Amino acid sequence: MCVLSRIIEAAGIATVALMSVREVAERLPPPRTLYGNFPLGRPLGRPGDPEFQHDVLARAFGLLDAESGPVLADHPVVIESDDVPMECALPPRYNPSLPPAVDEALGLRAAFDRRLAQRGVTSVGRVLTPDDVPDALAALARIADGTKWKEAGLVGDPVRVSHDLRAYYDEAAQELVDRPPDAGRFEAWFYEETEAGRTLLAARAQMQEQEAPFPLWFYMARATR
Amino acid sequence: MKSFAAGVPLPDMGALPWTTPKPLAEARVAIVTTAALHLADDDRFTNDDTTFRVLPRERRDLMLGHYSPNFDRSGFGADLDVVFPIDRLEELAARGVIGSVAPRHLAFAGNQEDTLSAIRLDSGPHAAQLLRDDAVDVVLLTPV
Repeated sequence: MCVLSRIIEAAGIATVALMSVREVAERLPPPRTLYGNFPLGRPLGRPGDPEFQHDVLARAFGLLDAESGPVLADHPVVIESDDVPMECALPPRYNPSLPPAVDEALGLRAAFDRRLAQRGVTSVGRVLTPDDVPDALAALARIADGTKWKEAGLVGDPVRVSHDLRAYYDEAAQELVDRPPDAGRFEAWFYEETEAGRTLLAARAQMQEQEAPFPLWFYMARATR
Repeated sequence: MKSFAAGVPLPDMGALPWTTPKPLAEARVAIVTTAALHLADDDRFTNDDTTFRVLPRERRDLMLGHYSPNFDRSGFGADLDVVFPIDRLEELAARGVIGSVAPRHLAFAGNQEDTLSAIRLDSGPHAAQLLRDDAVDVVLLTPV
């Protein structure tokens, strides 16, 4: 983003960047930066809070008054993110003949569909459709149980499959919680509370064990997982 | 993840460019994000993609196509504006705080090769020209 800011500024368009990593803005300064100590992925700070977002924008656009740069200002609010799983009800076990993650995903489908109807778009679709989610989880469950990852029936790049599964669960969960939770709490819920998250991490560990190419298993989940 | 990002090697970009904008109340504003947002019928971003997608001003049915698992996506899932504050810009334009909202906004995926040649010589200048064609005065950059 620092590089893009300089290219666009050099073309005669003033730029102001909302950065969440201060050190990057210090080492390769954009012309104007508002640093917000916010979770990565939330440059405006707080979802569902237009007043806060307008405060961020007002401070950012205020930097356009500077006569020379680089300009680096700090937003005064720090938004912490903890890793305590959010509270979000999961469907009860319905069909014991299915792997738990498959049963769970089927149970979340109604919530996913409500969210999709409300927003009109889903980020599921890199390689899976929503209908493919149970089969993908069944394949990951087989890998987790020791089946060779190439023989488990996983369709598509495992990283893209993982992103689609995360999107399916994130979007279903948005429908089941009252307001957007802290960033870390959403992720912790997926990996620690859901059968799908646990299955995904177990399959990823098995792929590492089976010496699958590094990029194919490592990027299935956050590096710190 | 922030400490990892803080240590990522960065290139030498030479002297800082500087453009003095027209007054904000007269300025046309565009958003450039690195969240890999795109429309359903756009080409998907790849894991090393240095190209960009065009996000029309009126569209809200955007997908998040980023390849990295290392940032929060739930905020975007709850509220597009926490990544791509298009509604906030519309409100600022309606109040006369900014002059206008650009007709086209841009999404990159935040990738750059070591030489930076694709961004510096290809997609970066292409993006800047597109913004100039739309008479954009100010760009708000929203990295993830």
